[in-house]
Amino acid sequence: MQTKRTIFRSRGLPYLLLAPQLAITIIFFLWPAGQAVWQSFLREDAFGLKTSFVGLANYTRLFHSPDYLNAMQVTLVFAVSTAALAMILSLLLAVAVDRLIRASRWYTTLLVWPYAVAPAVAGILWWFIFNPTIGIMPYVLASVGISWNHLLDKGDAMLLVIVAAAWKQVSYNFLFFVAGLQSIPASLREAAAIDGAGPVKRFFTITLPLLSPTTFFLLVVNVVYTLFDTFPVIDATTEGGPAQATNTLVYKVYMDGFVGLDLGSSAAQSVVLMAIVISLTVVQFRFVERRVTY
Amino acid sequence: MAAITIENLGKTYTGGVSAVRGIDIDIRDGEFVVLVGPSGCGKSTLLRMIAGLEEITEGEVRIGERVVNRLEPAERDIAMVFQNYALYPHMSVRQNLSYGLKNRGTPKAEIARRVDEAARILEIGAYLDRKPRALSGGQRQRVAMGRAIVREPAAFLFDEPLSNLDAKLRVSMRGEIRALQKRLGTTSVYVTHDQLEAMTLADRLVVLRDGEVEQIGAPLEVYRRPVSTFVAEFIGSPAMNMLDGEVAGGTLRVGGASLPVGVAPGKVKVGMRAEDMRLAGLGETAIPARLAYVEELGAQRLGHFEVEGQRLIAAFPAEQALSDEIALTVDPSALHVFGADGRRID
Ligand SMILES: Nc1ncnc2c1ncn2[C@@H]1O[C@H](COP(=O)(O)OP(=O)(O)O)[C@@H](O)[C@H]1O
Ligand SMILES: [Mg+2]
Repeated sequence: MQTKRTIFRSRGLPYLLLAPQLAITIIFFLWPAGQAVWQSFLREDAFGLKTSFVGLANYTRLFHSPDYLNAMQVTLVFAVSTAALAMILSLLLAVAVDRLIRASRWYTTLLVWPYAVAPAVAGILWWFIFNPTIGIMPYVLASVGISWNHLLDKGDAMLLVIVAAAWKQVSYNFLFFVAGLQSIPASLREAAAIDGAGPVKRFFTITLPLLSPTTFFLLVVNVVYTLFDTFPVIDATTEGGPAQATNTLVYKVYMDGFVGLDLGSSAAQSVVLMAIVISLTVVQFRFVERRVTY
Repeated sequence: MAAITIENLGKTYTGGVSAVRGIDIDIRDGEFVVLVGPSGCGKSTLLRMIAGLEEITEGEVRIGERVVNRLEPAERDIAMVFQNYALYPHMSVRQNLSYGLKNRGTPKAEIARRVDEAARILEIGAYLDRKPRALSGGQRQRVAMGRAIVREPAAFLFDEPLSNLDAKLRVSMRGEIRALQKRLGTTSVYVTHDQLEAMTLADRLVVLRDGEVEQIGAPLEVYRRPVSTFVAEFIGSPAMNMLDGEVAGGTLRVGGASLPVGVAPGKVKVGMRAEDMRLAGLGETAIPARLAYVEELGAQRLGHFEVEGQRLIAAFPAEQALSDEIALTVDPSALHVFGADGRRID
């Protein structure tokens, strides 16, 4: 492939043009990231009067803390369930739309709406819908004999944050899945139909394998989303409770750092999260480089 | 193997586009029928209705004794070769060939036997473990053919299978398809917009125009006696010359010449094939023509002329000298006379 090259006469201009983006990256990403790494080697007393260098102590403490190990487990369950729910739901919708793509203009628009809603607003929305005293869902569920109280029941709470988090991601996944489905030539599915494969068999032997690059990309994006972007959703619905049942890694960073004021531990947790994301990104790029599974 | 009967077949797409209507074709068992016509005339629609990929809105299709209107594509016992080959990109060539048999629960040993047999016939044995993207256009075309023949279906359906190949490969694949069909004796319906491909492949041609059958017949029959100006100008290369003429009292006046004909008086269109034109001898009825330019084809040279403001092409032997002002003639028996509505009247 040919790449377009623009020739600049002055050597300074390209750097000047890059400067705003670089500044933003440095000020809002690299600088705080560096601070977090440095901070993670320090310990401050509760009043912020004295700071001492403690080496890896924050990390050893972290990995021996039952709370942190619990948060890891919670995060794993949360991330896997949210990604799975968001992806399966959006794939179902995308397949439905792909079948009647003509009707898709308004349909697609409709399904993109959730993505335009701020996570905190979405969280509050779900908080209202599922509120044990004033929400509509507990009332509806009670009428079919299911009692709902995410303020007391750990399972209910987890379910709530999963649904609330997945809901927002569905529209994003949907767009990618629709695009992925559209890029599969109709003649492949027709050939398979002639070859005696029914709709379900066609889906699993033709469509799904050909969709695998999209699926993998979305898997990484969704997991990263659940690791980081779900803070507002959890904050607005369960605040990590009850009994830490929905206290994910990113929420714990906030709780320990800004509520608990244990900045050293909070910074160490950030660094761990950063390491997770970096490794996920590496996996993603590795895969994208090879690109094709078929 | 089976005959295919098409009766009063029609298709109206949702939205009201009438793509084809009133189609009647009897395809005999083992026959190679080519649907030919300009782009958009409804060839693919017709083929896809036979395949079951497009719902039939009017009429009936029978394959063998069965009416297949309501049957799924898989139940019709047909195989189709697509223009873009439609090979499954994530499967090896062997898996591509086996897929249809596997879906039908064919025993493993039988699948292996048929795949190896097809690979041998099509000479693709060396690529069985490759993915389609590692094959050239011609090889992909062979695999697509292989996928059709391993199924041993009642009929093959082809939708412009050669149009993605370069000119040279197209000619050789054309020959191979014809030879393969003869050898297997499988009823085949082949769609193309290329009249030369149609002429060379077909047992019978079906010329389509705007969703209706214009003419059905053996290639030479259609070539020698086109039923309308549309067929006359579509079949044959260079296209048949078509001059305005007038018949009065048993005499046709065309291009400044008078020729005896046996048609009713009135305005007509007169068709003359380039190869039927020749230089007029002394005393023969002559069409005076002015030479515009000459196209050298090697074995032949095509003279492009102007006759009373209309264009006319005549084919000559390669060594024929041509002057700027020339007298052309044609045997009255080689004339094609069409009425004002474009229908043949002689
Ligand atoms: N899915 C469709 N919906 C509506 N109109 C269609 C569809 N497919 C084809 N047509 C129309 O039907 C006519 C015949 O198309 P087609 O059978 O593809 O022609 P061909 O194969 O001879 O080029 C064209 O006018 C085309 O625009
Ligand atoms: Mg077509």
